[in-house]
Amino acid sequence: MCDQTFMAITFGPCDNCSTTSPLMNIYIKNEPTNYCSFCVEMMACQGLLKGETLASLKNESESLKKKLEEERAKLHDVELHQVAEKIEVVSALSIKTRRVLKGHGNKVLCMDWCKDKRRLVSSSQDGKVIVWDGFTLNKEHAVPMPCTWVMACAYAPSGCAIACGGLDNKCSVYPLSLDKNENLAAKKKSVAMHTNYLSGCTFTNSDMQILTSSGDGTCALWDVESGQLLQSFHGHTADVLSLDLAPSETGNTFVSGGCDKKANVWDMRSGQNVQSFETHESDINCCRLYDLRADREVAVYQKDSIIFGVSSLDFSLSGRLLFGGYNDYTINIWDVLKGNRVSMLFGHENRVSTVKVSPDGTSVCSASWDNTLRVSRALGMPWLLVLYSLT
Amino acid sequence: MSSKTPSSNNIAHARRTVQQLRIEAGIERIKVSKASADLMNYCSEHGRNDPLLVGIPASENPFKDKKPCTIL
Repeated sequence: MCDQTFMAITFGPCDNCSTTSPLMNIYIKNEPTNYCSFCVEMMACQGLLKGETLASLKNESESLKKKLEEERAKLHDVELHQVAEKIEVVSALSIKTRRVLKGHGNKVLCMDWCKDKRRLVSSSQDGKVIVWDGFTLNKEHAVPMPCTWVMACAYAPSGCAIACGGLDNKCSVYPLSLDKNENLAAKKKSVAMHTNYLSGCTFTNSDMQILTSSGDGTCALWDVESGQLLQSFHGHTADVLSLDLAPSETGNTFVSGGCDKKANVWDMRSGQNVQSFETHESDINCCRLYDLRADREVAVYQKDSIIFGVSSLDFSLSGRLLFGGYNDYTINIWDVLKGNRVSMLFGHENRVSTVKVSPDGTSVCSASWDNTLRVSRALGMPWLLVLYSLT
Repeated sequence: MSSKTPSSNNIAHARRTVQQLRIEAGIERIKVSKASADLMNYCSEHGRNDPLLVGIPASENPFKDKKPCTIL
């Protein structure tokens, strides 16, 4: 189980008193140690005796926060869009909706691309998870889930399994079989267990591990085969709504975003929160870009005319374009470097819940509360020229 | 989120916060100008291969609308 109030991730002999019990993974002077909960409380009281009061700790945390702000401000010598003035403007985009995937009976809450760049999986409030062929619109698999509001779904890197979950507080993995008659629901494997709804899930670089985020305020890394909790990530003080892995194959960091307005960067191996960004002011109605090496916000994407919140976003392949799905039923496309809006995609008849660019960068899929998914692509340049010459 | 009232738990929580802040204050940072330059370089290098940015030739577009074919 993974929970805000239950911090134990291992079971074994305590480093202090040697009794075997659930251990809390804590850091003493940056050294990771495992103490049982009793020893942690004892240590806390001893800290008190040495003159370390709650007040003094609070003072120290305030002064550290101030120091952090100063350090970050020192490096803020220029704005990203100022540096980006010298590069050329993004030429007019010709992205058009090419496919509309209909079939869900209720709001589509999440979707994910398969690495083969044509299949996708989507999950809906009606409790169904559908695997589509994006080219032919064929529904290859339809899995009924025991709960409604399937808020998260993910495709395994091999393309042989999907993971999904939502209000059932679990993340389940379904191996996809080529046999159309086989009942997929029978092969379901429950991997993750949280104490509140599952808001996001993604496979790591292999089919063997899944990373989940939950309304219980934690993220967790699980082994698919055994269902064992490998690492838990505590630090958010409210529901965690989304997560994303760092793109590098050797990388082992991921970022999570929560209702506490923070974006936290985590080290997957140690469970340590390595960086935290907190400049969002309210429910998100703008997009912010944080540079990890500069450790600060470097761009904000917003317009006075945009008053609705953005629920999901994704970068194009080169990182130059940012696609944001908004609650006003549109997708705004931003120039990441210059900070201005380049284009918009219309068509959905209700709010956009998820936006994802395909693995090869050729298409962007958007899922919406209007029960459909739309796959959009850029028009080929030569094709445009032919059109113009005919008119 | 449940809040715990025992004072020792607050101490443990405050100590964890201080620990976390110490780690964060200690990380190495680079200037925004350097970070921005790197971002720009990355985007320029990969921009040519970005299908959504530059478009793809119609012949390679599997999503293009199929025209009715006439058999001569």
